Amino acid sequence: MSAMLRNGWEQLMAQRWLMPVLIAVGFVLAFAIPEYNLFNKYVQLVMMYVGINIILTVSLNLVNGYMGEFSLAHAGFMAVGAYTAALLTQKVLPIAAYPGLFPLAVLAGGLVAALLGLIVAIPSFKVRGDYLAIITLAFLMIVKSVIENIDFIGGPRGIPGIKKLTTLPWVFFWVVVSVWVVRNFVYSHYGRGVLAIREDEIASDLMSVNTRRVKFLAFMVSSFFAGIAGGLFAHLLQFISPRVFDIIKTTDVLIMVYLGGIASIGGSILGATLYTVLLELLRPSTVAAMLAWLPAVVFDPLNEYFIRHLGVWRMVIMPLALVLVMLYWPRGIMGLREFRWFIPKRDLDAHHRPTTPGGSHGTAHDH
Amino acid sequence: MALLTTTRVRHYFGGLCAVSDFNLELRSGELVGIIGPNGAGKTTVFNLITGVYQASEGSIRLRDVELVGKTPHQITALRVGRTFQNIRLFRDLTVLDNVRIAHYAQVRYSPLEALLHLGRYPREEQRIIENSRRLLSIFKLEHLVGEIAKNLPYGLQRRLEIARALAIDPELLLLDEPAAGMNPNEIDQLMAFIQWIRREFKLTILLIEHQMKLVMGICERIKVLDFGETLAEGPPEAIQKNPKVLEAYLGEGAVG
Amino acid sequence: MSEVVVYWLQQALNALQLGSIYALIALGYTLVYGILTMINFAHGDVFMVGAFFCFLAATYLGLPFVPTLLLTMLGAALLGVMIERLAYKPLRQAPRVSAIITALGVGIFLENFTLALAPYPKHIPPLLENVTWDLGGVSLSSLQVIIIFLSLGLMFLLDYIVHRTPVGMAMRAISWDKTFVPLMGIPVDLIISVTFAIGAGLAGAAGTMYGLAYPVIDPYMGIMVGWKAFISAVVGGIGNIRGAMIGAFILGGVEIMVTAFFPSTYRDFVAFTLLMILIVVRPYGILGKPRTQKV
Repeated sequence: MSAMLRNGWEQLMAQRWLMPVLIAVGFVLAFAIPEYNLFNKYVQLVMMYVGINIILTVSLNLVNGYMGEFSLAHAGFMAVGAYTAALLTQKVLPIAAYPGLFPLAVLAGGLVAALLGLIVAIPSFKVRGDYLAIITLAFLMIVKSVIENIDFIGGPRGIPGIKKLTTLPWVFFWVVVSVWVVRNFVYSHYGRGVLAIREDEIASDLMSVNTRRVKFLAFMVSSFFAGIAGGLFAHLLQFISPRVFDIIKTTDVLIMVYLGGIASIGGSILGATLYTVLLELLRPSTVAAMLAWLPAVVFDPLNEYFIRHLGVWRMVIMPLALVLVMLYWPRGIMGLREFRWFIPKRDLDAHHRPTTPGGSHGTAHDH
Repeated sequence: MALLTTTRVRHYFGGLCAVSDFNLELRSGELVGIIGPNGAGKTTVFNLITGVYQASEGSIRLRDVELVGKTPHQITALRVGRTFQNIRLFRDLTVLDNVRIAHYAQVRYSPLEALLHLGRYPREEQRIIENSRRLLSIFKLEHLVGEIAKNLPYGLQRRLEIARALAIDPELLLLDEPAAGMNPNEIDQLMAFIQWIRREFKLTILLIEHQMKLVMGICERIKVLDFGETLAEGPPEAIQKNPKVLEAYLGEGAVG
Repeated sequence: MSEVVVYWLQQALNALQLGSIYALIALGYTLVYGILTMINFAHGDVFMVGAFFCFLAATYLGLPFVPTLLLTMLGAALLGVMIERLAYKPLRQAPRVSAIITALGVGIFLENFTLALAPYPKHIPPLLENVTWDLGGVSLSSLQVIIIFLSLGLMFLLDYIVHRTPVGMAMRAISWDKTFVPLMGIPVDLIISVTFAIGAGLAGAAGTMYGLAYPVIDPYMGIMVGWKAFISAVVGGIGNIRGAMIGAFILGGVEIMVTAFFPSTYRDFVAFTLLMILIVVRPYGILGKPRTQKV
């Protein structure tokens, strides 16, 4: 009986129509949840943050995971997208009259970020590794400093009062788009070029890969979606300032990338979800709410000595947990591996051995 | 016109002259060997031809196209393939991907089509996969399609490297010490193999080798380098008897 | 002396002071990178913890300057070794990025652990009598002198250790080729721990001096200082000890110069832009050598 169930499950997982169906269901849920308040507002908020973090993580994984670089600039691209979108909805677009223009603002943020991604790509032609890390860090600091020095866009005080235009359906939409586009990129000859660059840049050049073009594209796609995430973020938090987009924010995304697994789209989704949810779960208010069913004699001392202090201690527990994860899974939970759903059928079939009488199955698909 | 012509090529690393006055004329279909002691500048010549280094002086022409000044991927796109002294496969990638990557220059879809998997993408991808698998089956590697390259035994890795170089659909193939680490039996097989791929793929081959049996056995012409200079050039019989060559280096493996 | 000269000398002094502190921290980065090719992103936070050790020693143990300094350096060194043994050693064979992320995690842990124990910024009591001299218009404080000379002293000591003692030779040997060094009887693990101890100890000293110069300390102070010291090490050529020192003084100088000419909000912007340009022009840092690949 259990063998039949397992067989049935495996068969189900192998169906290619599963992914589109799940996406459709997702969209339905994305509309239904806020409409009918299927979850409370707080949970909805967390879901949207998860979505934004997925977009950030998947896009950074392209440069840091697949291409094997160490870019620290991601928060800078996010900032550019956030500010562009926020300024558009506040000062340029008639948002109040046509809220449907919101996606244009977000898109504009992504495009501006992509342009800046081009600029960061250029030093990557000459330098790699730690030196490129410094350049990307410098870029991040420069973006932050430039914003701080332009009073017109709020300077160090930031931009308050951004309209809350980000909704669950929009977040879900952009998550689907970003995952889909990044996945398409990875499974194209540009994506293979990226992998080749990571393995051996000189050999790639000699195997006809146009490394400059590939790097340009990788950085552009990566920063584009960071900008998108920034725009969504700005219209969810309703307030942005340069301090929000500093090295700590980049570190957050770095952690999500390496936690979930480098060079893995599924890993990025996993890492972003785990990290965001766990951090939220460890909030005193959440833990208290979850354990509220306990009898007072148990709950009260627990609250006094443990839960109340979680506010500070959760940021102590989290990095410890991260270090432990790294010790056991150095490449991240799904490092270099991928969910079969994300792999185009063509690639899966290509890696199958020619059918011999014994019947053989493709070996592990690694990146 | 000759396929490859190098004229008075010189290359310096700082003050050291690694290659001096390298002149070579390769005609289409030839199989020429370059030999010489370690450090003679042989691989440097390959690197100069393929654009890894830009020659300090001189000219390298592929038919009438000047190669000096071009980037490696531009030169490779002109159908020059090569293998490496120390195998440089994409070690963490699959056998198939190693061969697929070399098709980069031949792919005909735009970034937009790549990002959306539309337009010419499906057709081109299928074509690349089929061509790669065809190459792999010619080299009897098809059953290893999904294997990770670094897990392959040494001999198969060398074979894969040649398969990958052929994915570029080259006219000119540069082989850098293809027989390194092989026993006499394997060398015999390699000799037959090289002559076979030359016929099958209509290649012009330039090879660097230390194994005299292979060089003397299949090369039509041999160039001898030492300290960056050309000591001698000619058919195998002449080289074997050349006193300068004998003096400088005849290398390991008895001749004949 | 003319006003201009006075002004520049004053700025030079400030730059020396700032550069000294950066240098002590930068050395820790470069030592670890040289020996393990690893960026110890927790290092800036070790500096911060050093400053807090100084606070503890001065406030709760009431110790004077020299014992405080020694205790802080010792404490920081022990912390450095502990981190290495627990978090980095197991990952020596793992891909570099895992070690980097682990280092980031350790750093965040240190920041928040300190924050949990010390929610409010702390004030370090003055441990040294601060005398100010007026040299022709240039004001020189004894604190500045001590910081600069103490730092230089420690740097010379380090240079001596690395270039003229067996331990230093072992360290340099390991940085060139880790695989074969154990075959020559060198206890690699021990040397690596010693390296971390030295680097962390120097960071601890930097923490003390920072605490004396800018007496209010908080758990997040290590972040920016750490990144800037890291940049100094890279600018000088990461892995190169003398380079790290040069890079640190350059960065200190650039920062001071920028604040002299531009509004303070531009400080980071100009400093980082100049650095970016420097790296693009000289990709391997001032004294760095590219690890050349043979094709």
